[in-house]
Amino acid sequence: MRQVLEGSHAISEAVRLARVDVTAGYPITPQTHIIEAISEYCADGTMNGRFIPVESEHSSMAAVVGAASTGVRTFTATSSHGLALMHEMLHWASAARLPIVLGEVNRALGPGWNIWMDQTDSLSQRDTGWLQFYCEDGQEALDTTLMAYRLAEQVNLPVMVIIDAFFVSHTFEPIEVPDQSLVDRFLPAIVPRFAIDTKNPFALYQMAPPANYMEMRRSIDLAMDCVPEVFKTVEDEFETVFKRRYGSIETIGCEGAKIILVTTGSATSTSRIVIEELQQEGEQVGLLKLKRFRPFPTQEIRQALFNAEKVAVLDRNFCFGVGGIFAQEIRAALYGLKNSPVMFNYIAGLGGRDIPPHLIREIYTTTKKSAAPAEKSIWMGLDEELLQTCSK
Amino acid sequence: MQQVNLSERTYMHPGNMSCPGCGGGIAMNLVLKALGEKTVMVIPACCWAIIAGPHPQTSLKVPILHTAFETAAVTAGGVRAGLDMRGDTQTTVVAWAGDGGTFDIGLQSLSGTAERGDNILFICYDNEAYMNTGVQRSSSTPFGTRTTTTPGAGWKKTRKKDIMEIMAAHRIPYAATANIAFPQDLVRKVEKAKKMTGGTRFIHIYATCPTGWGIASDQSVKIARLATRTNAFPLYEVERGVEYTLNESGDLPVEAYLKVQGRFKHLTESDVNEIQRDLDREVALIKKKAGL
Repeated sequence: MRQVLEGSHAISEAVRLARVDVTAGYPITPQTHIIEAISEYCADGTMNGRFIPVESEHSSMAAVVGAASTGVRTFTATSSHGLALMHEMLHWASAARLPIVLGEVNRALGPGWNIWMDQTDSLSQRDTGWLQFYCEDGQEALDTTLMAYRLAEQVNLPVMVIIDAFFVSHTFEPIEVPDQSLVDRFLPAIVPRFAIDTKNPFALYQMAPPANYMEMRRSIDLAMDCVPEVFKTVEDEFETVFKRRYGSIETIGCEGAKIILVTTGSATSTSRIVIEELQQEGEQVGLLKLKRFRPFPTQEIRQALFNAEKVAVLDRNFCFGVGGIFAQEIRAALYGLKNSPVMFNYIAGLGGRDIPPHLIREIYTTTKKSAAPAEKSIWMGLDEELLQTCSK
Repeated sequence: MQQVNLSERTYMHPGNMSCPGCGGGIAMNLVLKALGEKTVMVIPACCWAIIAGPHPQTSLKVPILHTAFETAAVTAGGVRAGLDMRGDTQTTVVAWAGDGGTFDIGLQSLSGTAERGDNILFICYDNEAYMNTGVQRSSSTPFGTRTTTTPGAGWKKTRKKDIMEIMAAHRIPYAATANIAFPQDLVRKVEKAKKMTGGTRFIHIYATCPTGWGIASDQSVKIARLATRTNAFPLYEVERGVEYTLNESGDLPVEAYLKVQGRFKHLTESDVNEIQRDLDREVALIKKKAGL
């Protein structure tokens, strides 16, 4: 049924439809609406599930690690400082091989306190062994959450479903909320790979000496290697039932384009309009939307970008001392290609600053007129008077 | 004293990795005898993270879930929620933490769990310092103790945190102290806590550490008995946060307890007197609360 929902509630609806058994949650703006709705569903019986109102995000992840170890389906959600506090337990969840799904609303880290959009929180967790999917709108968030359970439960790794603060989390859109019967067809009850059982006692997550730690780590990576194929199958089945699919990346007019812009999240929606205008003006420009960040879709990206002359990566995040994080990863993916495109990295929209159409157009024109980028990362729209340098 | 028959069955395998005379090992053995096989142990970083055995071994005959240092209580709460959703409401879920994982780094999640009333049994085996990392002070380390982070003249000048009062203040159904030298009292309390399922139950077990305390391994139980007989560790119960019952205390001078342990050997007569005065006040307070 088509409903007008905000992005946060699109995720809550997916959690309800996925028949999640245990949800733990702690409030943090802009995530809070997700767990509020779930707590309501658990309280009024809409969901046959348990909601644990924990005292910190660290405890959210610990609670779902405990619950998932009994073989039930679990969920939690967070943002920013909450995700940073959870960091230790993110490692625990993935190395424990638990199919936990986490709704993450991208938000800036302080100080200064900032509740608005910025991707550095989730990208700082890139080495924790979680799958990461960046969603553009509420529909994609709902659909991706449902697919996340299928994927997580097959490869036994946890999945982060990520949306933009406010631009997606608090924006109301018409969203197709599928019927429970269709979801049940697509996502049957969990069949856990292991579960705590007093009749068959064993120890979980114990000390792993040098003789077996490396094999455990390699096994996580082997599971990551399975994701592209499994995700494709899951998307095939999702499309059969729901008539929608997204892909690990999406390319818009990349065939024959001289310049390709790479975006994530809601900035993609704005870019779609600008790219279409530019194409109508006769510009040879394409757009690549990156959805799956972990495992990184290296092959798909090489395939999409190898013929372009220039690639402009828009990063709403930053790694100090290096540059935009998506740009780093895409640069690494292109390494070794013959005549690989010239990389431009643009930093924009940190801490909730808008990325309006004229800024995307400016990124395009700057890329077009320059043979090479002026700086390793080009920061867009800075007020130069407010900058401080380390020079005395 | 009420007599309890200890089960012949044991749920620990022989040959585990505890030090000789480990009070924590004795405590686990007694607790599992009281709880039986329908038990899940959630163990954070502590000595027992080692004693329980490395992959792929285990020293217990019940399921163990190892978790991060500060999360024993809430991880156990998650296990409880998962088992409940599977329809298993009979299994006892135990969070089994040392003093660091209870008094210090684990206190936040323990407090949250107790306030929510999650149906778990939290057991702290208290060896009064970070023993697994080499005897560093914790907030459970008593006044007067030398540890590797309270060395020499820098021996600990602050008193042991009163975890029982903190837990009682949460008005949980049951909080009790127990001691490995009083096995029947300990087993009775664990059996009682197991049956009281209307919230979080807390048992604080005194567990000697020969390695960290500078005592001979064959003195472990004797010194544990002295702890209670000198009122360094009186045995009592608090129901619903307000109903106190004193089970075991004593009238021996605390010097008898302090002088046999390397960790206290530097204390002067005046230090010992100060400790005695503190313990006298404390046991009088418990007696008053117990209406004695």
